[in-house]
Amino acid sequence: MSGKTLYDKLWHSHLVEQRDDGSALIYIDRQLIHEVTSPQAFEGLRIAGRQPWRRDANLAVPDHNVPTEARERSGGVAAIVDPVSRLQVQTLDDNCQDFDIVEIEINDVRQGIVHVVGPEQGATLPGMTVVCGDSHTSTHGALGALAHGIGTSEVEHALATQCLVQMKMKNLLVRIDGELARGVSAKDVALAVIGKIGTAGGTGYAIEFGGEVIRNMSMEGRMTMCNMSIEAGARMGMVAVDDTTLEYVRGRPFAPSGELWDQAVAAWSDLHSDADAVFDRIVELRGEDIKPQVSWGTSPEMVLPVDGILPDPEAMENESQRTAARRALEYMGLRAGMAITDIKPDRVFIGSCTNSRIEDLRAAAEVVRGKHVAPSIKQALVVPGSGKVKQQAEAEGLDKVFLEAGMEWREPGCSMCLAMNADKLGAGEHCASTSNRNFEGRQGFGGRTHLVSPAMAAAAAVAGHFVDVRDW
Amino acid sequence: MKSFTVLTGLAAPMDRANVDTDLIIPKQFLKSIKRSGFGPNLFDELRYMDEGQPGQDCSTRPLNPDFPLNQARYQGASILLARENFGCGSSREHAPWALEDYGFRCVIAPSYADIFYNNCFKNGVLPIVLDAALVDSLFSQMYDQEGYQLTVDLAKQTVITPAGEEYRFEVDAFRKHCLLNGLDDIGLTLESADAIRRYEEGWREQSPWLFDVIK
Repeated sequence: MSGKTLYDKLWHSHLVEQRDDGSALIYIDRQLIHEVTSPQAFEGLRIAGRQPWRRDANLAVPDHNVPTEARERSGGVAAIVDPVSRLQVQTLDDNCQDFDIVEIEINDVRQGIVHVVGPEQGATLPGMTVVCGDSHTSTHGALGALAHGIGTSEVEHALATQCLVQMKMKNLLVRIDGELARGVSAKDVALAVIGKIGTAGGTGYAIEFGGEVIRNMSMEGRMTMCNMSIEAGARMGMVAVDDTTLEYVRGRPFAPSGELWDQAVAAWSDLHSDADAVFDRIVELRGEDIKPQVSWGTSPEMVLPVDGILPDPEAMENESQRTAARRALEYMGLRAGMAITDIKPDRVFIGSCTNSRIEDLRAAAEVVRGKHVAPSIKQALVVPGSGKVKQQAEAEGLDKVFLEAGMEWREPGCSMCLAMNADKLGAGEHCASTSNRNFEGRQGFGGRTHLVSPAMAAAAAVAGHFVDVRDW
Repeated sequence: MKSFTVLTGLAAPMDRANVDTDLIIPKQFLKSIKRSGFGPNLFDELRYMDEGQPGQDCSTRPLNPDFPLNQARYQGASILLARENFGCGSSREHAPWALEDYGFRCVIAPSYADIFYNNCFKNGVLPIVLDAALVDSLFSQMYDQEGYQLTVDLAKQTVITPAGEEYRFEVDAFRKHCLLNGLDDIGLTLESADAIRRYEEGWREQSPWLFDVIK
């Protein structure tokens, strides 16, 4: 018999009931809750007269709607100017109170983007099943957890039953061996993977990221990789547990300590794919081949190395690709044959659950230190992923580096990644963004997003157009 | 949840690949704390010429005349024909809520994103997968024939064209059962409450650090 993959192991350790029709009942260890996808779930519980199965399995934090501008933020929920946003955040507070769920509230120093807060607080741990009504829940797979996004009906289902009805996914190994060049980060690797397998390449699969490059990557980098799994179509991405994982988890507020820590570490030592595990599909990349990436279109698979030239739709293989590329170029206001380095962002956004951790901010600060944002840039926003990240960055003086460079230093939240708060692009504006989606209108009505790494965003802010950060 | 048995309805096109859930229902409408009322904002950025706001009266907004759902021949459509990887991106269940609220009970496409696919079944919307070439031919037939209606029979797992051609589709037994009967699957899962408790006790013993920490 062949060995098991990491995903197989996590699946089997959480299997409550296998049914004849192929579906299975899977136990959920942790549910993270935010304000956007939970109100209807709580309402459903109320209507059915149900209570959460296990209160201590849940942790809530508002992130999507929260203002990042210091003055508006300082007044808490009551001071949120947009009444619809305010009601949604208030509703989360009310629901957590009514159902006795622990919430990290808007101005708690631990508040932040749910996918930054979970690992940072030790609320998500190796070996867990983690769900949240947000597709970027895949982020937590970096810890060696089975983590994926769900819809609101499943938020309610997990609250009420501590389980989800699931079908087992297939196994996809993305192996990246070799070494990354200086200036090439996890974000570039993630975009290169998506460029290679496409935005639906991972549909139906659980991705495990492996190989030398991943083993040498920090936890922050692994989280960026797993976060972007969904942009490759895979609901979940994961990385085997190793010393880097343990070092990251040790001492976190909700992580085990003392004897329990030793017990946990022993249990986690099995959280890797067996040497003879069989994957349904394997995709391989070489680290040396990966250059800094910049997306040019309206799907994350429309991405090129920074020295690339925008493609000619008419030269593409099939009509579906031609139509998509024509439409993307038109929406983006770009033309075939243009160099990526000729694209000039109007705004720069450094933040989001993909790239707002301390390492991301350090990488961006390193690039802008002692320099200034180009005059053509209307705004360069730096939005830390959590209050703890913000504190750490300020202790290292990074806030000053950004402010001296002419960038804005904001309060934590999802911000311009999806523009549910006041931070958004104007119609027709280009943005160098460290977020995860370049869909039409994602960062604001008519806005044009270019996905890049923090270092690449920072360099574009200074140069006024995209540049190869390896040359800096 | 509404049950889904047999549906005969007008088909309308969403003729592009990789339609993401941001396109199906833009983020500003996600601020609602309700489960209904998303229909007027389905495909908002394609359907209207201006930027939509939550709570706005959509009847006075300028329509995009090129968008199929604004054309007379597609009024009252309940089956959406779509392309590859429909519903990719965000996990927002507001996407099937908007489709359902507008009047779509069925989507036919060559493939879907996993989370969207799953969310549809929770809301009485049937996402059918058919071969890409076949979907292509349904698109052509629909464009050629005004008033093009399809019949979808979930029990028999067939799509029937106006010419009487029948095409079989696959669907998981559990999802089919729930949809045919309009079952609330929380109730079904709670029938296994004893099994969940037994599992939980064993798991707590094995991994005590996962319990009683957040409180």
